[in-house]
Amino acid sequence: MGTDMVDPDAPGDPGLQAERTRLSWRRLTLSVTVVALLATGRVVTSGARPAAVAGLGLVALGWVALLTVAHRRVRALTIVRRGAAPVGSAAAVVAIVVAALGLVVAVLVV
Amino acid sequence: MRRSYRWVERTLRGWFDPSEAGTVGTTPDYRFSLANERTFLAWIRTALALIGGGLAVAAFVPPLRWPHVREAIAVVLFVVGGAVALRAIDHWARAERAMRVGQPLPPSRFPTVLALIITTGAVVLLALVVTTAIRS
Repeated sequence: MGTDMVDPDAPGDPGLQAERTRLSWRRLTLSVTVVALLATGRVVTSGARPAAVAGLGLVALGWVALLTVAHRRVRALTIVRRGAAPVGSAAAVVAIVVAALGLVVAVLVV
Repeated sequence: MRRSYRWVERTLRGWFDPSEAGTVGTTPDYRFSLANERTFLAWIRTALALIGGGLAVAAFVPPLRWPHVREAIAVVLFVVGGAVALRAIDHWARAERAMRVGQPLPPSRFPTVLALIITTGAVVLLALVVTTAIRS
């Protein structure tokens, strides 16, 4: 470090803050896709009970919702420089969808 | 009753807009806001990992000697995952607010509690699987 300290007023994205945050959102889409695939596998292998199929439909809905929010957030972080891209309700929507996902997948297992 | 309703309303509003449309404090350095956002996302991925782990327990752990215990462990993992997600947004909102008004970040015992829960759960699951394997 020392003389290589990041100058916060330098042009571009010091510390690649926006890029790291974009990648973080990308990892979120990957994680939720894995969960959706595990849920699908569960319904396929353990017989398609009506409740399980309905639960899987809700999981798919949550998957699409998270992908949409993440995509919009990634675009906002790409276009806007310098923190002028507030999170807004994206974080709250993501948290509530994931919490709901935890309840819905219980239907697939019980 | 009315007071608890107000508490829920205030908490939810804080989650969706911790700065109250920019009226609370001043906007912090954007790098701190982005770091707070990444921490939130890391907790959300932890929540998703717990939910995925529950699905994996239900799918890949062989049937145990005690009926329904495997499914119960899966459901506990789902509930813990959901709790982690809600705690993640609450902590994000509180940190965002603290940064805006220049206060210290909210302290939290949650990581410790979660680590203890996961360790206990892993030991219990291991004991159940080993006992089942030995007795069969």
